[in-house]
Amino acid sequence: MLPSGAVWTAALVFTPLLAALACFLAPRAANWIGLLAAGLTTLAAATMVPTLMTDGPLRIAVGGWGAPLGIDLYADGLSAVLLLMTAVVGLGVSAFAPAYFGAHPQQRPWFWPLWLILWAALNGLYLSADLFNLYVMLELLGLSAAALTALSGGGPALNAAMRYLLVSLLGSAAYLLGVALLYHAHATVDIALLGARIEPGMLANAALAVMFAGLMLKTALFPFHFWLPPAHAGAPAPVSALLSALVIKGSFYLLLRLWLDLFGDLSRLLPELIGLLGAVAVLWGALQALQQQRLKLMIAYSTVAQIGYLFLAFPLAGGLNGTTAWRAVVYLALAHGLAKAAMFLSAGALLRFAHHDRIADLDRAVHRLPLTLTAFVLAGVSIMGLPPSGGFVGKWLLLEAAFQQDRWGLAVVVLLGGVLAAAYVFKVVGYAFTPTAIAQEAESVPLSMQWSALLLALGAILLGFAAPLLLPLLDVGAPFEPIVGMPS
Amino acid sequence: MIPTVDANVPPNAWLPLLVLASSLLPGLIIFFLAERRYWARTLLNLGGALTKLSLVGLMLWGVYHQQQYEASLALLPGLELVLRVRALSLLFLVLSAGLWLLTTLYAIGYLEESPHRSRFFGFFSLCVTATVGVAMAGNLLTFVVFFEMLTLTTYPLVVHRGTEEARRAGQVYLGHTVIAGTLLLAGTVWLYALAGTLTFTTRGFVDGLVETHRWSLIAIFVLLILGVGVKAALVPLHGWLPRAMVAPAPVSALLHAVAVVKAGAFGVVLIVYDVFGVEVAAELGVTGPLALVAAVTIIYGSLRALFQDNLKRRLAFSTVSQVSYIVLGVAVVGPLATVGGLVHLVHQGVMKITLFFCAGNLAETLGIHDVSEMNGVGRRMPWTMLAFTVGVLGMIGVPPVAGFVSKWYLGLGGLEAGLHWPLFVLAGSSLLNAAYFLPILHAAWFREPPAAWPEERDFGGKETAWLLLWPPLVTGALSLLIGLFASLPFTPLEWAQLIAEREFYQP
Repeated sequence: MLPSGAVWTAALVFTPLLAALACFLAPRAANWIGLLAAGLTTLAAATMVPTLMTDGPLRIAVGGWGAPLGIDLYADGLSAVLLLMTAVVGLGVSAFAPAYFGAHPQQRPWFWPLWLILWAALNGLYLSADLFNLYVMLELLGLSAAALTALSGGGPALNAAMRYLLVSLLGSAAYLLGVALLYHAHATVDIALLGARIEPGMLANAALAVMFAGLMLKTALFPFHFWLPPAHAGAPAPVSALLSALVIKGSFYLLLRLWLDLFGDLSRLLPELIGLLGAVAVLWGALQALQQQRLKLMIAYSTVAQIGYLFLAFPLAGGLNGTTAWRAVVYLALAHGLAKAAMFLSAGALLRFAHHDRIADLDRAVHRLPLTLTAFVLAGVSIMGLPPSGGFVGKWLLLEAAFQQDRWGLAVVVLLGGVLAAAYVFKVVGYAFTPTAIAQEAESVPLSMQWSALLLALGAILLGFAAPLLLPLLDVGAPFEPIVGMPS
Repeated sequence: MIPTVDANVPPNAWLPLLVLASSLLPGLIIFFLAERRYWARTLLNLGGALTKLSLVGLMLWGVYHQQQYEASLALLPGLELVLRVRALSLLFLVLSAGLWLLTTLYAIGYLEESPHRSRFFGFFSLCVTATVGVAMAGNLLTFVVFFEMLTLTTYPLVVHRGTEEARRAGQVYLGHTVIAGTLLLAGTVWLYALAGTLTFTTRGFVDGLVETHRWSLIAIFVLLILGVGVKAALVPLHGWLPRAMVAPAPVSALLHAVAVVKAGAFGVVLIVYDVFGVEVAAELGVTGPLALVAAVTIIYGSLRALFQDNLKRRLAFSTVSQVSYIVLGVAVVGPLATVGGLVHLVHQGVMKITLFFCAGNLAETLGIHDVSEMNGVGRRMPWTMLAFTVGVLGMIGVPPVAGFVSKWYLGLGGLEAGLHWPLFVLAGSSLLNAAYFLPILHAAWFREPPAAWPEERDFGGKETAWLLLWPPLVTGALSLLIGLFASLPFTPLEWAQLIAEREFYQP
C-alpha cells in the first residue's frame, strides 16, 4: 500500500528532524545525509499537492488524539504553497552548501544539523493548527536561525547574531503572552476553536496587540527592521539565503493566519496602520539598498523593502476583491523566497570569486562569472516585478486590487518600489560590466554553487507562468475566507 | 477580390510560436558557445534569421488570404498571453525579420575579432524575440510583457563595450525605460480594473466607458502613451537615445531602426487604434495633443540634429524626429494619415538602418566619427556613400525614395482631416532635414579628402569588408525600390492600405 497523505505530511516534519540528528551523529556524512533529507522532504511536499487538490484540506490528529487534547496538523492551500516554496529553496541551498562549506570546513558540522532543525521547525509551523504548537515551532525557528547567523564567527557577526537572538526571543515572548491571554479567556489554543469563540473586546485587542507586535518584530517590518541587515548580511551566504527567503516568511505566515482566522474583524484602523508601515518599508528599504556599497548589505535592505510589500494587503483585504490582495502578497512571498535565495547565493559565489563584495569593484564579473551574474539578474527581474516572473504576477494582482478600490497611494508605492528595485539591481549589473583600475586575482567558483543559484532564479522566473497551477492550489480550504462554523 | 481561406479552418497556433522560437532558441544556445566557435555561432544566427524570415513570409501569404494565426497561454486569472498575427503585426514582423537578417550579417562582419561575441549575439537574438513578440501581441498584457523584455535584453547591448561611458549610458537608458515601463504597467492594470479585458480589438474596447469614466480614460491614455513614448523617443522623453550611441554600430542600427523606437511607435499605434479606437480617442480629445507632441518632436529633433558634429548623434536626433512622423500619422484622424504613419514605420526603418550601417562602416574602416572628418570620403568609399546618399535623400523626402511616399500620404491625410498645420510641419522638417544632411553629402562628394584618415584599416585594397558593405547596399536599394514601386502588391504602402481598410476604418 502506498503511504497516505497523512504519512507524507508527518514526514515533512520528521524527515529533517531525524536527518538533523543523523548529521549530528555522523558529521562526516553530513553532506550526503543533508542532501538526501532535502530530496525526501521536497518529495513529501510535492506529494501533498495532488492529495490537497482532490480531497481538500488535510487535518491530522497526531497520535490519534484530536484537538483540544492532542496535537493537530492542518494543511490547506496556504500551508501547501509555502511548504513547496520552502522545499524548493531548501533543496537549492542544500545543493549550494557542500561546495560552499568545502572552503569553510569548521562551519560545516554545525551548518547541517542547524539548518535541518530550522527546516523541520518551518514545516511544523506551516502545519500546526494550535497556537501553542506554533509557539514551539516559532521558538525553535528563532533559535536555530540565530545559531546559524553566528556560524561565520568574528566580532560583527557574533554581535549581529546576539542582537538577532534577543529580538527573536523578545518577539516570541510577546507572542506567547498573547497566547496566554487567549487561553485564559477561551480555554483552548486550537485556532479553529478560538476563531469560533473569540469576541471583540479589551482582551482580544490586547492579545492582538502583543502578538502582532512580537511577530512584526520577527518579520522585520519597518520600523522593527533594524536587526535584519547586519544579521542577514553578516551570515554565511547559504544562511543569509535561508534567513531572507524562508525564516521571515515563517513569522509572516503566522501573522497572516492570526489575522485571517482570529483578528481580522477586530479593528478598522490597524490594517491601515500596518499598510502604512508596509509602504514606508517598501520605499525606505529600497532607498537604503540603493545607498549600500556592499552587495550583501544591499540584498539585505532589499529584503526589508520586499517585506513591506507583504503588508500592503492588509488595508486592501477588507475592500472589493480583497482575496486578490491576499493572493497577491502570498505570491510575492513565494517569488521573493526563490529570488532572494538566488540573490544571496549568487552573492556568495561572487564573494568566493573576488574575496570581497564591494559593488563598485565587481570588475567585469559579467564576463568572468556569467552564470552567477545571470542568476543575479534573473532574480532581480522578479524582485523588480518585471515580466515574466513570480514578482510580476504578485505585483499585478496587488495593483489590480489597489486600482479596483481606488487606492492610488498604494498603487504608487507598489510601482515606485519596483523602480527603486530596478535602480539597485542594475547598479550592480552596471559595475559588473566595467573593469576596475586595479586588476584583481580571482578564485574559481564550483559549478554546483553557480548552478544552484541559477536554478533558483529560473524558478522565480518560471513562477511567472505558474499562476494557473498555484492559485487554485492556494485556494484549497479557502484560507482567505472567514471561518464559518466549527470544523468537524 | 482576395481569395479567402475557408472560415472553418481553425487558427494556426504553430507559426507564431515558431517565429518566437526561431530566435529564442538559437539565442539561448549561443550563450553557451565558446568564443572561438565562429562557425557554429554564425550557422545558428543565420539559420534562425532565415527561418524566421521564411515563417513570416508564410504568414504574410496566409494573412493576405484571411488565415488566422493565434496561440495563447494562461498567465493570470482571466488573462492570457496571446500571440495573434494580423495584417498590422505583419508590417512590423516583416520589417524586423528582414532587417534582423541583414543586421546579423553586418554584425558578424563588424564584430570580427572583438571579444564577447557569444554574449552579444545571444542578447541580439533575444532582442529580436522580444520585438517579434511585441509585433504579435494579441492583448495589452502580452504587449507589456514583451515590451519589458525588450528593455532588459537591449541593456546588455548598450553597455556591451564595458567602458565607464557605456555604463552611464546604460543607466540613463534604464532610468528612462524602467520608469516608462512602470507607467505603462500602471495604465494597463488600471484599464483592466475598469474594462475587465485587455484584448486588442479593431476600433478599441473602451467605448462603453466613455460616458462613465471619461477622466479615468484620459488619464490611462496619458499613462500608456508616456509608457511607450519613451521608447518612441517623444520629446521630452527622448534623452536616452542620443546617449545610447556608445553602443556598437549594429546595435545602433537595430535599436534605432528596428527594435526599440519602433516598438514604442508600434505601441502608440496599438494604443490609439486597438485599445481606444481612433474615433473614441478623438472623442476623448486626446489625439490633438498627441499630434501636437509629435509635431514638436519632429521639429525639435531636426533642430538638435543641425548642431551635432558626431555623426551617430546627428543620426540619433534625426531618428527622434522621424519616428514621430508615425505618431503624427496615427494622431491625425483619417485613413490617409494612418496609411502614411504606418508605411513610415517600414520606410523609416529601412532608410535609417542604411544610414547607421554606413556610419558604422566609416568608423570601422577609416575611424571617422564626426561629420567634420567626412571631407572627400565619397572618393575613398564610393559604394558606402552611395547607399548613404540614397538614405539621406529618402529622409529628406526626395522622390522616388521611400520617404517621399510617407510624407505624401501624411500631408494628404492632414488635408483630408481638414488640417493644414501638418503640411507646414512636414515642409519645415524636410527643410531642416536638408539643412543637416545635405552639407554631409556636399562634404563627402565635393570636398578634397584629407592627407590621412583618422584611423584607416586595410581591407586588401577593397573599400571595406564585404559583410559590412553589402547590408547597406541592399537596404539602400530597398529604400529606393519600395518608393519607386510603391503601388505593387506586397509593398509596405499596399500593405498599410490593406491594414487601414481591414482593421481601422471598416465601413
